[in-house]
Amino acid sequence: MSKYIKFFLVGIFFGIVLVKSEAVSWYRIFEMFKFQSFHMYGIIGTAITTGILLLLISKKMSIKTTEGRLIRVPKKDRGFKRYIIGGSIFGLGWALSGACPGPMYILLGTGAFSIIIVIAAAIFGTYMYGVLKDKLPH
Amino acid sequence: MDYILEPWPWYVSGPLIAIVMFLLLYFGRTFGMSSNLRTLCSMGGAGKRVAFFDFDWKAHRWNLTVVLGAIVGGFIAHHLLSNPTDIALSQQTITDLNELGFENAGKSLLPDELFSWENIFSIKGMLILIIGGFLVGFGTRYAGGCTSGHAITGLSSLQLPSLVAVIGFFIGGLIMIHLIFPILF
Repeated sequence: MSKYIKFFLVGIFFGIVLVKSEAVSWYRIFEMFKFQSFHMYGIIGTAITTGILLLLISKKMSIKTTEGRLIRVPKKDRGFKRYIIGGSIFGLGWALSGACPGPMYILLGTGAFSIIIVIAAAIFGTYMYGVLKDKLPH
Repeated sequence: MDYILEPWPWYVSGPLIAIVMFLLLYFGRTFGMSSNLRTLCSMGGAGKRVAFFDFDWKAHRWNLTVVLGAIVGGFIAHHLLSNPTDIALSQQTITDLNELGFENAGKSLLPDELFSWENIFSIKGMLILIIGGFLVGFGTRYAGGCTSGHAITGLSSLQLPSLVAVIGFFIGGLIMIHLIFPILF
């Protein structure tokens, strides 16, 4: 049980940050795709910049994980079609529902219970991808 | 205390999200929220029918624990750490939303026009949430990641596939908002 506590705490921190940043708001996603505010671009831009720096520093200093291995980011498979097509399909849903897979759960915590429908549909969508996977271009 | 209660500026939130990513990598895992959707399918027994879900979901319990934490974090942030809870949208966004028929833009996290119970029990309202969720679930797995896995983790580690995926996110999002919304609303 105790090995899960740190993940639970990271989750709490993640939930708080996304609510306080307003990135969980449907309105902010709409505004982003309308290019009417810098807010979301600022969040994503500074997140990536900080992420790049943290990864560079950890590589330079050979920082090890709590399990004793070097910090390593999983490599994405090569390819183009799956990323551009899959990404576009996700983008359509993201703009419509205003929620990506992190914020969905966080919104549940804020008391927006109707998001359960979006979560259930997302689980079903993932299931259908699993069913159709071998027939799709990757 | 006011600094915590007010919405956090982007230059505070962005780096904190990167820290979430880094902590998960430091714990020997990775930052990927959409993977949980696959894990939930597997937990529900989908592995018996579809090979894609035939894996040991118990190895992913750590990520489901992150989800549980995120739900609690959402509760804490919204109910205990937010005053006001309005979203300071740009004036142009509010005007555009009014024209589409969205009143009270930014007065809550989500628009009542899409997420109120009253609206959900209309056919159109229900379909919008179901189709939106379905596309998110289908698209993220097809692309192998979502905002956390591709936009944050993938771009932070300078991976080309993630850049392509993020370009895809924007193609889809721009089509939805600029071409489909005017028909839908």
